[in-house]
Amino acid sequence: MNQLYSDIILEHNQNLSNKHELKDFTLQEHGHNPSCGDDITLQADIHNGIVRDAAYTGHGCAISQASADMMIDLIKGKPTAEALRLVNLFLDMIKRKETDDAKLEELEDAIALKNISNMPARVKCAVLAWHTLKDALEKKEENR
Amino acid sequence: MNNVRKDFPILTKKVNGHQLVYFDNAATTQKPYQVIHAIVDLLEHYNGNPHRGAHTLSMEATELYDEAKQAVARFINARSADEIIFVRNTTEALNLVARSYGEANLHSGDKIVIPISEHHSDLVPWQRVASKTGAKLVYMYLDEEGHFTDEDLAKIDDHTKIVAFAAVSNVLGMKRPVEKIIKKAHQVGAIAVLDGAQSAPHMKSDVQKWDCDFYAFSGHKMLGSAGTGVLYGKLELLRNMEPFLSGGDMIEYVQEQSTTFAEVPFKFEAGTENVEGAVALHAAIDYLEAIGFDAIEQHEYELTRHCMEGMLKLPYIHLLGSKDPKEKVGVISFTIDGVHPHDAATILDSYGIAIRSGHHCAQPLGHHLHVEASNRVSFYIYNTIEEVDYFLSKLPLVRKQMGFKD
Ligand SMILES: Cc1ncc(COP(=O)(O)O)c(C=O)c1O
Ligand SMILES: [Zn+2]
Repeated sequence: MNQLYSDIILEHNQNLSNKHELKDFTLQEHGHNPSCGDDITLQADIHNGIVRDAAYTGHGCAISQASADMMIDLIKGKPTAEALRLVNLFLDMIKRKETDDAKLEELEDAIALKNISNMPARVKCAVLAWHTLKDALEKKEENR
Repeated sequence: MNNVRKDFPILTKKVNGHQLVYFDNAATTQKPYQVIHAIVDLLEHYNGNPHRGAHTLSMEATELYDEAKQAVARFINARSADEIIFVRNTTEALNLVARSYGEANLHSGDKIVIPISEHHSDLVPWQRVASKTGAKLVYMYLDEEGHFTDEDLAKIDDHTKIVAFAAVSNVLGMKRPVEKIIKKAHQVGAIAVLDGAQSAPHMKSDVQKWDCDFYAFSGHKMLGSAGTGVLYGKLELLRNMEPFLSGGDMIEYVQEQSTTFAEVPFKFEAGTENVEGAVALHAAIDYLEAIGFDAIEQHEYELTRHCMEGMLKLPYIHLLGSKDPKEKVGVISFTIDGVHPHDAATILDSYGIAIRSGHHCAQPLGHHLHVEASNRVSFYIYNTIEEVDYFLSKLPLVRKQMGFKD
């Protein structure tokens, strides 16, 4: 329990540098957990297949907010295909499909959310931003 | 009141290494042995399909079911057990009224008036009646502490056909001026629909004194089992209403192309009834009546007062609704500065304390107050002052674990 709200999660929850609206964005997606009320809007500015910038707005619990912040740190500057791969790796970690810490290191700070998989009540909070990004990237792919 | 705890086996449970402190009673209550044994006893000795067979078990099940109905009628002071319809829960009861009364009787230009604090169960069905009939759903917005204002009551006017409200709000925990609002509804020729989900467990219900036209409540929130709720309706209204669901057990004669329906209340109870639930509710009523609502109200008042006093000392805690425990029935909703309710609930759960977090199925109230999510503790007969003290001692740790240095 004390590990759930670790310093690293609290830091990302309190860090507001990724929490704002983007002036220019090519992608926007809304994500919502009806059962618990976490609600975020994700924006990204994608050019030539690279995530140039990304940010989020909204409200929710520390887990949902920290998770969104960590994800944005991770995907900024990466090609969209790479971002999508990392999103899937994160979702596999939460589903306990991928448990190898050596592989999960790639997720950087987001590896701190690994233990959420033991807390069914909070899994939805942790995956909200990642699912939202995945939906948005996959929609974008379809529209091409 | 101190010796009731031994009747509730679940209260000895350990949660995350701590003794369970169950403060989510407004969501559902725990069950005493008396209720658990009543269900087991039915299933072991008297289980049959009621109102159908001529054999002994069917007749025994019928008798237990009908006795439960009589117990409910006495419990809320109905004129007769014919005014009692067993449904699944409050939600189904309110949907029955919305469909069978609302949709049949309302027209474009009519008004349905409800407070902004209503549970989705007493709100979404009225939205649907409004959209189907062209009637208008009008909200009473209440004052900052959640009281009805004169302006609110003035919304109940000559165009109003239905006034619906909870006798006790599940978020604010406040007792409503039931008779005053019902009188106002009747003055303009409207019917009054009372959501009793949070009143039936905590105070004496008296449908004749209140003069409500319908009263809905859930067995599971008052020691009974899930799946049995009650709709009380005045007989003359029920008689003039169309059935809600149709099928077995609600008929008189069925021909190839037409059917005549059974009398009230059977007209509204289609299909095999939940006898287990009825028997459980009967046992729950017996249990509560043996304690008596005077003692229950006094006990819950002490807990509420003590808890509110302790919380008001913490500058980062903000209570929703009235700050006067006398206006409440053991429900306290609050926010903690800088801590989202989900996180608070998770941290308190790590100490074995069960509280509710989120929108409490009252999103329009949350939007109106700009409090999208909140925490809620709610007490019942088996909670103790020691549990409240334990909760108050852990509350500051929530802020601490979220990184605040108070
Ligand atoms: C005031 C109020 N109305 C209606 C309901 C719905 O009850 P049920 O889910 O048993 O239908 C509740 C339960 O949370 C409630 O508190
Ligand atoms: Zn959450």
